[in-house]
Amino acid sequence: MAIIPQQHMNIIVCIKQVPNTTDVRIDPATNTLIRDGVESVINPFDTYAIEEAARLKERCGGKVTAITMGPPQAENALKEAISLGCDEGILVSDRKFAGSDTWATSYTLAAAIRKIADFDVILCGKQASDGDTAQVGPGISAHLNIPQVTYVKKIVEISAGAAKVERMTEEGYDIVETPLPCLFTVVKEINTPRLPSFKGMMRAKYAKLLKWTADDIEADPAALGLDGSPTRVVKIFTPEARKGGEILSGATDDVSKELVELLKDLVI
Amino acid sequence: MASIAISLDKCTGCSLCVKACPFGAIHMANKKAVIDMAKCTLCGACVTACKFMAIELKKDSAPKKDLSGYKDVWVFCEQKKGVIQSISFELLGEGRKLADKLGVKLCAVILGSGIESKAAELSERGADKIYLVDHPALKSYQDDPYTEVIVNLAEEYKPEIILCGATTIGRSLISRVAIRINAGLTADCTGLDIDPTERLLLQTRPAFGGNIMATIITPNHRPQMATVRHKVMQEAAVDKSRKAELIIKRYPEEVFKSRTKLLEIVEEISETVNLSEADIIVAGGRGLGGKEGFEMIGKLAKVLGGAVGATRGAVDADWIPYSHQVGQTGKTVCPKLYIACGVSGQIQHLIGMQSSKVIVAINKDPEAPIFKVATYGIVGDIFDIVPALTKEFTRSLKK
Repeated sequence: MAIIPQQHMNIIVCIKQVPNTTDVRIDPATNTLIRDGVESVINPFDTYAIEEAARLKERCGGKVTAITMGPPQAENALKEAISLGCDEGILVSDRKFAGSDTWATSYTLAAAIRKIADFDVILCGKQASDGDTAQVGPGISAHLNIPQVTYVKKIVEISAGAAKVERMTEEGYDIVETPLPCLFTVVKEINTPRLPSFKGMMRAKYAKLLKWTADDIEADPAALGLDGSPTRVVKIFTPEARKGGEILSGATDDVSKELVELLKDLVI
Repeated sequence: MASIAISLDKCTGCSLCVKACPFGAIHMANKKAVIDMAKCTLCGACVTACKFMAIELKKDSAPKKDLSGYKDVWVFCEQKKGVIQSISFELLGEGRKLADKLGVKLCAVILGSGIESKAAELSERGADKIYLVDHPALKSYQDDPYTEVIVNLAEEYKPEIILCGATTIGRSLISRVAIRINAGLTADCTGLDIDPTERLLLQTRPAFGGNIMATIITPNHRPQMATVRHKVMQEAAVDKSRKAELIIKRYPEEVFKSRTKLLEIVEEISETVNLSEADIIVAGGRGLGGKEGFEMIGKLAKVLGGAVGATRGAVDADWIPYSHQVGQTGKTVCPKLYIACGVSGQIQHLIGMQSSKVIVAINKDPEAPIFKVATYGIVGDIFDIVPALTKEFTRSLKK
């Protein structure tokens, strides 16, 4: 990464606490999700955003602020972010946020970021592992009216007012230049996140988190939570679980022939 | 403000709501249900489950807006290098059904540079009307001008539904548009339907990696917008006799301004086809043992005209680039045929491929979880079976 040294970057990382999918199991009797004892973790994609923020800070100097909207226990995610290199954590939490869809969530986070005021780069994971929408990152940049580059796999250059990045596409990647401030959503390929350091863990333990409510971020109450969400969930159901099928057995050549025969309508 | 409350008089402590809650937000205390508001998303699943009408969900009482000015179903048709992407034809196929149910027009929206000749392709695929914006700044996708043009079009012509592919471009673009025009947006839908009485778009999508499905509506905002997963909907058939009305829109230069600048488009995936577009995927996991294993996988994929996929384990071991990764931190795919070779089938991988139509699993461990989702399984050594399959497919395809 080509960096012009000795400058100050204000970096914001947006994170989300999600249930650990490895723990998600279906109760075969009721066909519903078993949530008991499911551990909450930082959304896997956000860990790459945190790492990239920490790296930008190490190279340019500056400050990294982690921000999350969620229930009080989302504090743990912020503390973990601090142990991984963030300097500050802001928990945006209010009963008024309950039922937020991606519109209201990005509105709320954008309002909180406006209160932070001074920022050069906003980093988000490309999507969260529970909702999988990939809509909140672009939503925040739209609310803030700043440019965005999604699916960033490399920050090639970054200087005081501009950055050059690689955006992953279905066929390869685009090289994109953007002025700052800009919002980037990042993919896994961008880095390998570090483990928390002992120093980081100590810092996290004593870190004082900022807690902001709807009033603190001067949000329009009509734009918050379920009331501020254009979409409504009307039904939730468990899809029919896929069942294992037929096991083919026999000598290699025989099973190969059998399988090719079974698949002949799919393979033309 | 919306709220949810349990009437302690009516609650019998039956705990049906506890089971119904997808978010684990309800527990029993003193034989009554208690909702943990920190976890509750006000989805209403418990309200439906309760047989005693003991749960009351109060939603906003905002007056119903007059939405009658919005009509037609729009499909954003993605083009790359002037080639209309196949997802657009899938959306036109699905959009046709929705438009017919609503009794409105199906409109294709296409942005690009030098693309006027492409309009015919869209009318053949069932569009009644085509909105075309042609400008050098729209040659390749860029967030700012694309957003600005779609916002302008939607504000002027007021569609009631906009569909867009859940692709890199689609998700980046339409998320921004939704905020700008204050519309509801549902991501990555796998099922769409119409509620004819309310003219609502019923959007069904997987969440938690496909462990639950949710149906989502946009009651009071228009347009109703959705991104749709690749390969789920049927492509519209070609009908050469169809002629759509073509509307070529022009805008002042400022609409096309972009803050970001696209310097270069690099294409990497040359030897294989794009994973999310592939009808057939042959994937390898840790069982391949190394880079060489993927050569074997590549040969089978080539014979089948398919793409090569990989598990996170294989990608993390540097046997194959990340762009091939299928699963939670990679791509979600839904091909007609998915052949998993030496893939154990961890939940994170299954999330990304379990909606494939036919799954074949080849693994030496008969207990591997991949067999639980496989249509056909072969227990055995991939280094014997995969080359044998390659040979057999080559032979049968030559016929």
